[in-house]
Amino acid sequence: MSQDVGRKPEAYLSVSDLVVRFPSEDGIVHAVEGVSFSVTRGKTLAIVGESGSGKSVTAQAIMGLVDRRVASVSGEVWLDGEELVGMPDEELRGLRGLKMAMIFQDPMSSLHPFYRVGDQLTEAALVHQKLSKSDARSLAIEMLRRVGIPAPGQRVDDYPHQLSGGMRQRVMIAMALINSPALLIADESTTALDVTVQAQILELITKLQVEFDTAVILITHDLGIVADIADDVVVMYGGRLVEAAPTRRVYYAPEMPYTLGLLNSVPRMDRERVDRLDPIPGNPPSAVNLPEGCVFQPRCTYSHLVTDGACVDRNPDLVEAEPGHFVRCHLPGAERRRIADGVLATLAGDPA
Amino acid sequence: MTGQPQEVLRVTDLRTYFPVRSRGLIPHVVGQVMAVDGISLSLNAGETLGLVGESGCGKTTAGRTVLRLVRPTSGKIELDGQDITNLSMKELVPLRRKAQIIFQDPYNALNPRHTVGKIIEAPFRIQEVEPPGGVRRTVQDLMERVGLNPEHYNRYPNEFSGGQRQRIGIARAIALKPKLIVCDEPVSALDVSIQAQILNLLRDLQEEFGVAYLFIAHDLAVVRQISERVAVMYLGHIMETAPRRIIYSGPLHPYTHSLLSAVPIPDPERQQKRTRILLEGDLPSPLNPPSGCVFNTRCFQAQERCRVEVPQLVEAAPGHYVACHFPVATPPAAVQVPHATHGDGSGPEGAVTGA
Repeated sequence: MSQDVGRKPEAYLSVSDLVVRFPSEDGIVHAVEGVSFSVTRGKTLAIVGESGSGKSVTAQAIMGLVDRRVASVSGEVWLDGEELVGMPDEELRGLRGLKMAMIFQDPMSSLHPFYRVGDQLTEAALVHQKLSKSDARSLAIEMLRRVGIPAPGQRVDDYPHQLSGGMRQRVMIAMALINSPALLIADESTTALDVTVQAQILELITKLQVEFDTAVILITHDLGIVADIADDVVVMYGGRLVEAAPTRRVYYAPEMPYTLGLLNSVPRMDRERVDRLDPIPGNPPSAVNLPEGCVFQPRCTYSHLVTDGACVDRNPDLVEAEPGHFVRCHLPGAERRRIADGVLATLAGDPA
Repeated sequence: MTGQPQEVLRVTDLRTYFPVRSRGLIPHVVGQVMAVDGISLSLNAGETLGLVGESGCGKTTAGRTVLRLVRPTSGKIELDGQDITNLSMKELVPLRRKAQIIFQDPYNALNPRHTVGKIIEAPFRIQEVEPPGGVRRTVQDLMERVGLNPEHYNRYPNEFSGGQRQRIGIARAIALKPKLIVCDEPVSALDVSIQAQILNLLRDLQEEFGVAYLFIAHDLAVVRQISERVAVMYLGHIMETAPRRIIYSGPLHPYTHSLLSAVPIPDPERQQKRTRILLEGDLPSPLNPPSGCVFNTRCFQAQERCRVEVPQLVEAAPGHYVACHFPVATPPAAVQVPHATHGDGSGPEGAVTGA
């Protein structure tokens, strides 16, 4: 098991100091501000954050889907030994689908309504592989079978609207995996689905991950899904990476007050119910007007414990609190752990 | 507010069908979408009933029919003791003081051309009510009550975040101190850190005004947090309804078991030890629901009788109603599969035992 979310030589994807900014009418949008992580084949990295935290833009930047005529992208993105930042579009197009693929939240807007799913699948295959039409069609049917679509031989001629939401998401996965890419990015890909279907899709992703030895980046806000399938977790807030660690550490020994606040504020079915939840106060920052110091400071209930006002003045550095556990916080380590222990202990016990 | 528990809503055998028309030269009705197919429920003052189910189960249609935003096909709706099933739109206007709605999408539920003040005062304007102390003053008090800055009275909805917009929607809903608010997925579009704020606010307002909530949501953890009683819907029918504790720790309906087992919990070690019940296939079409029990096509308990006879909601214990021919307290091990487990240590072999 990987204990390291920092750069590792065998990492399939390694992102370091990624910065993405967009101009807007109101000023520069600081969408991603210096994010680093890596993921190896066969492993799942979850990027957790709220809307506006920069998690989706991070994924788009990796895939080269950020319009570089408008946005400024800097930092490094290494995929299987190749640097993607600054790579010409032509070359990037050669990698997309082949080495990295992405599945999105809404399958209906990612599938073309006028084309049969089989044609869309074979198109994805023919971009990268030299295949005859009939071979491509058999490959499409085979992929539909592998993602668990019943009667794939008939379904291949269906239009997207003839499939249910769960089936469309399966088609998306089939399309993403048809060239066996080693990196799969799933951006909120089960958010629009019902829980019973979500469970099936997550199971499918993990099953195919083993089969293809895929590195998976799972972008989500659902802490249950992360607990279910992630090996490592990156927590983002206000465009910055604020905590990164192996999954268990994030849940049982979080150090950043934001992570703690998230774990503490969600209603939990696995715990005794409390009458009042303990929310994080305030609202997330605007990416145009990020706070000067720590991005979380305006909502942090512990920043008064840092006496020299550093939380307001300076963006804290990312420090390695424990091997493989990175935290961006001005609080001293002992203090962070004391706070976390205190909060986790107040989470009520087992239900019933 | 009245101190006695008093019934504010009673729904009896409510059905809402939507006709499906053919296209062509002479369009005619070719079928019915049975969105809500015979549900009964009641709600007391100051109480919250959670209505859960997956998309397409009819929970939103049920909520809208209760408010008569949609015309029911048959059945009876009584609001605060008055039968409102067949009232005309004009006759319904005064009743809007008693029942309000909070929508899922705080972006589309507010008119972007109206200021916050104008949005929140709309109920007073429509109902021609002059609150003591004046409209502006009352609106600003409401804004303060829901956690908005009253100085933002003249701002427009686009100047607010999603959570703040939901607060605007809530202020508008409580303006006339209604007895019932239908909350249709009020937190599902919000970030997790904001969800808790809104759930707490709804709870505080309930304690203050004694309003009853019909809380419609698909998130079982959220519903558990806010509801005293829960009704589980599937394909237009209520499958099981009971006090919260029973739904979450002692359900009897196979569908409730399946639903609960599918929700991943935010605790890696416990999650990996849990199993989920394998549900075959997709939700059947409400245009052509299965005969007998609507859940029989996906149910692990299904037998011949389930395909023929519609199960009635029967009282299994005081307050606990189940519509199932073969209810179970513990689903058999044979239908349980491990959750998708991550590579962190234990692996799938370690995850076969039940929670």
